[in-house]
Amino acid sequence: MTPALETHDLTVAYHKRPVLYGVDLAVPPGHLVGIMGPNGAGKTTLIKAVMGIVPPVSGWVKIFGEPASRALGRVGYVPQRESVDWDFPVNVMDVVLMGRYGRLGLGRRVGAKEREIARACLEKVGMLPLADRQIANLSGGQQQRVFLARALAQESDLYLMDEPFAGVDATTEAAIVTLLQELKARGKTILVVHHDLTSAQQYFDMLLLVNLRVVAFGDTAEVFTEELLQKTYGGRLTILSKIAQEVKNQG
Amino acid sequence: MIPPFDWQRVVVAPWTDGLPTYGWVVLMGFLVALACGLIGNFLVLRRMALVGDAISHSILPGIAVAFLLSKSRGTIVMFSGALVAGLVTTVLIEFIHRRTRVKQDAAIGIVFSTLFAFGVLLISMFAGQVDLDADCVLYGELGLVGMEPYAMIGGVEIAPQPVLTMGIVCLLVVALIFFFYKELLVSSFDPALATSLGMRPGVVHHALMAALSVVVVGAFRAVGAILVIAMLILPGATAYLLVSRLPRMLLLSVIHAALSAVAGLHLGVWLDCSIGAAMVVAGAALFTLAWLRVLLGRRLVGSPPEPEGTSMIGG
Repeated sequence: MTPALETHDLTVAYHKRPVLYGVDLAVPPGHLVGIMGPNGAGKTTLIKAVMGIVPPVSGWVKIFGEPASRALGRVGYVPQRESVDWDFPVNVMDVVLMGRYGRLGLGRRVGAKEREIARACLEKVGMLPLADRQIANLSGGQQQRVFLARALAQESDLYLMDEPFAGVDATTEAAIVTLLQELKARGKTILVVHHDLTSAQQYFDMLLLVNLRVVAFGDTAEVFTEELLQKTYGGRLTILSKIAQEVKNQG
Repeated sequence: MIPPFDWQRVVVAPWTDGLPTYGWVVLMGFLVALACGLIGNFLVLRRMALVGDAISHSILPGIAVAFLLSKSRGTIVMFSGALVAGLVTTVLIEFIHRRTRVKQDAAIGIVFSTLFAFGVLLISMFAGQVDLDADCVLYGELGLVGMEPYAMIGGVEIAPQPVLTMGIVCLLVVALIFFFYKELLVSSFDPALATSLGMRPGVVHHALMAALSVVVVGAFRAVGAILVIAMLILPGATAYLLVSRLPRMLLLSVIHAALSAVAGLHLGVWLDCSIGAAMVVAGAALFTLAWLRVLLGRRLVGSPPEPEGTSMIGG
């Protein structure tokens, strides 16, 4: 089967300092994949390189077998919440409609059909009652739901999400997880940058461990081991030994 | 001394006996504020107000070089010179900022002041050949716009050449915002998403800078290199304080442009001073009123907006 996402020798550098080395990856479609690694490991960079937001020094990216630049229409993107200015003069509906812009030609306006889709996506994340609200007047969890609704509106086959669980309340986190499972059940491929080791096993069926290079990629059951986590995080996480203990207990 | 406020002289005369002169002045003032203000909305939202500052100064050498090469002060020549200078400015700023450790604000400071100085050198060296005087470059001559030669179309005098030119620039700006609204909105709010939607925010950025250069050169002779910065920033900044959606912000900046043009005219006539400067003072007063409105209305955040017509500045 054609991988949903394939990279070969993908290397990215900022100001000549490499932040991601030779990433070879083939993500099969229909999986919910957690991208994990310590701070500065290049998780966000990997997503941005796939989207073409940061240019790679070498290597290539294919999306459903096509060069990434031609297949971006099939990719939905959820950036980190802090990456945008929440004082920007747009309301919730405006932001979700942006997800449809890729399908509208130059100079074309959003119409009734786009609004209908946007409303349905807001409904799915429980934000329809706040559709007219200015985005500055949202809580962190609500902002994240808006971003998610926007990604849904893109009606993509591959989703790349950068820390959708960062700073959200427990209700929102549960709602997002349900939504991701639903997307997966519909055959979509979802890659999620994630920080919380304690929930990783429960959320994802595949894991990608990164630390400047790919440490491991595979089924969660095979990858979520003390040895590989140690290799990814080094001695840096105190929580690690606890997790390792849990893994052992389960094993 | 402050001249007495004579209602007939200050308020009535500019719209009656003085209309043949002041009509063009207030129209030119409005068109300049409109074009600058509309583009300025995006500068404010993209935190690029200083780039507007930079371009307003660095088009000076562009105009000077274009003039020296062509020996013409024609509109097309001036616009081409400014366009090239504007794009050179943005490319140089990005180049310094990307290729060295110097941050963007310092890069802007280096590029525009150097180019401006280069322009001053050129004008001093070829003083006999370049018909640009320093006062005009810095402050403009909005009050004299009615005395410029008229543009003729089919043997009929339409309007003073600078007014007609600025009108065309305004149409171009409105068309640009209308056709590329989605691209401008997304690349300003979330450049990464814009890239992922295949929108090429880099192209949008340079198109915006090109439009900015054209607007600034059109506004240059009316209000000069310094006051044009206020024209770029004040309408957008004022609107930004008051409304929460981009289309309304654009509309409100148009209203700001019109109000400051009219108020500036009366202030300038009253105090017998530069009308361009008076317009900027009026625009800043409107900004202050908007700010007061925000302070007074803070308790109302989240509640439905007040009925139309009760707000202080007509927005």
